[in-house]
Amino acid sequence: MSVRLASRFDALKREGRAGLVAYVMASDPDHETCFEILRGLPTAGADVIELGFPFTDPMADGPSIQKAALRALKAGGSLTRTLDLARRFRETDKDTPLILMGYANPIESMGYAPFAEAMHACGADGVIIVDLPPEEDTALRAAFDAHGLSIIRLATPTTDDNRLTKVLDGASGFLYYVSVAGVTGANAATADAVRAAVSRLKRATQLPVAVGFGVREPEAAREIARTADAVVVGSAFVDEIAAAPGPEAVERVLRKVRILSEAVRQAREPGRAMEGTPA
Amino acid sequence: MDARRNWQDLPDAEGRFGSYGGRYVAETLMPLVLDLERAYRDAQADPAFAATMADFWTHYVGRPSPLYFAERMTEHFGAAKIYFKRDELNHTGAHKINNCLGQVLLALRMGKTRIIAETGAGQHGVATATICARLGLPCVVFMGATDIERQKPNVFRMKLLGAEVRPVTSGAATLKDAMNEALRDWVTNVADTFYCIGTAAGPHPYPEMVRDFQSVIGREARAQILEREGRLPDAVMACIGGGSNAIGLFHPFIADENVRLIGVEAAGRGIDARFEHSAAINGGRPGVLHGNRTYLLQNEDGQILEGHSISAGLDYPGVGPEHSYLSDIGRAQYLSATDDEALEAFKLCARLEGILPALEPSHALARLGDVAREVGKGGIVIMNLCGRGDKDVFTVAEALGVTL
Ligand SMILES: Cc1ncc(COP(=O)(O)O)c(C=O)c1O
Repeated sequence: MSVRLASRFDALKREGRAGLVAYVMASDPDHETCFEILRGLPTAGADVIELGFPFTDPMADGPSIQKAALRALKAGGSLTRTLDLARRFRETDKDTPLILMGYANPIESMGYAPFAEAMHACGADGVIIVDLPPEEDTALRAAFDAHGLSIIRLATPTTDDNRLTKVLDGASGFLYYVSVAGVTGANAATADAVRAAVSRLKRATQLPVAVGFGVREPEAAREIARTADAVVVGSAFVDEIAAAPGPEAVERVLRKVRILSEAVRQAREPGRAMEGTPA
Repeated sequence: MDARRNWQDLPDAEGRFGSYGGRYVAETLMPLVLDLERAYRDAQADPAFAATMADFWTHYVGRPSPLYFAERMTEHFGAAKIYFKRDELNHTGAHKINNCLGQVLLALRMGKTRIIAETGAGQHGVATATICARLGLPCVVFMGATDIERQKPNVFRMKLLGAEVRPVTSGAATLKDAMNEALRDWVTNVADTFYCIGTAAGPHPYPEMVRDFQSVIGREARAQILEREGRLPDAVMACIGGGSNAIGLFHPFIADENVRLIGVEAAGRGIDARFEHSAAINGGRPGVLHGNRTYLLQNEDGQILEGHSISAGLDYPGVGPEHSYLSDIGRAQYLSATDDEALEAFKLCARLEGILPALEPSHALARLGDVAREVGKGGIVIMNLCGRGDKDVFTVAEALGVTL
């Protein structure tokens, strides 16, 4: 279990607010611009960074992140270069948790043990691997445990109670609730549905619950931040890069991060703990 | 090799063939593939399911397909006796319908009301559209925009059959992108949709299920050769795209350890560092794609490569996981044939046997002489003629420089 993730979520709890998990794709639109974005994320209000590594066949992603992966690959992006960006980020920021997100094959290709070592060496904290369900992550978990790294598991609208037990067994860092059955960037779930799902998950686990998929606007982020421990936003940032894939992407993304972070920070009344949990 | 291996145990409970297979899907889909497995086990145990399949096979598909003694091919090579399993005579012109029938009947049992499929050459799309028309289910077929351009007749056939053909423009707009898009649709429409996968790949239980539905090919061939020749063949051969027609032929012979199992991959313009081929086993290495661990065409970073084959049905960067396993343990052998060799074999079969084969089995035909000579006089080889060549006449004309 990653220490950085645990202490960040503890701090958020003390502050009585939800966190913003900001996703960007490594090497999108190019390495240096991406590094500048990464470097600016904590100050702009990102509490946790999710750094995507590109894959040719992102079968759970919508058009925004598919295109981001293609831009990144075109710019020479790879898992190795993603780890390098993570290392450079860690040199500038010791505290903000950084997790990698992507698909299994680049990791398979590198090998689980070398990947875990590289993750540890560059100061990354965990991974979300879209196509590596609990049934298939035993070997990676063994490699990660040796280095105190987290495998973040996903729960979805199709996760029934039985399945949830399986998902939570070995989960660490936080639980990522995919709020809609669909691809990234699709339509958002209703506030009621998210509230019900989060309270169900909270009954089942002590882990912080982050909610993502389809969150693009401050209103939706604010709504989710009332109940969840963190809000994950990705496509909305990636779209800023798509609109201006040059150096100006840095300021565009960071501006959007500030807007969403503001919304997340203001979601709960000051001094009031999370709904549904005793203060 | 361990002669007492219990072949019936493949795959294991986790869907593994050795280290291959598995269920590498998004968490949203996990409950769905587990549910599919339960429904499939239930159908397997129900004699009524098998009876319905058998009835369609006999009266709609036209099974059993003949086992044909290819006399002039045999004379031409002057070695082992050559038999063709004539699955190109099936309704819709290929083996694909064997599997579609099984999956769509299963979808009906599960109460699903919408079928999706991916297609490359359009053969699986046409077969799915056909069964959906017959069983009254709406059908959406995902097809790469590049493939739509090069397989126009099949696109029109699907539309005539009432299917919606959705062009896929993501990635390189070919079969693997169509499969990505079908998975994206499935993850979005989890309640009502059944994903009918066209080959023996994908997450467990697909590789097993597709193999079982296609095994009618091998079961028939085994009974037919025993009746004709009073003995088993020395070798059985088939082309390998994802590997469904091959595993369907191989499987009923798998415990007959004296019968050689030979798959033929598409070597495109040659198996080398340019990756202008689709020979995942001969020119790739193990990795994870589309729900299973298997041999894949990939670069050093694990990015999937497009590959190439003159035959759209073989133009896929992966292969079904059971083939990866059979190759590793040496139970099956995987050869390859280039575009040019397949074209030559296509012409030879047309002239000697009066059969226009599809470009896919033309790859198996291209290695037939070698295998027949290895087996030698007095031996018997069965090759799966899994599709007819009508769909390919435009491609062949273009390759031969003929304007129609
Ligand atoms: C006639 C024919 N043969 C073979 C294939 C390859 O598929 P598989 O290897 O699953 O049999 C196709 C695929 O479209 C096909 O149409």
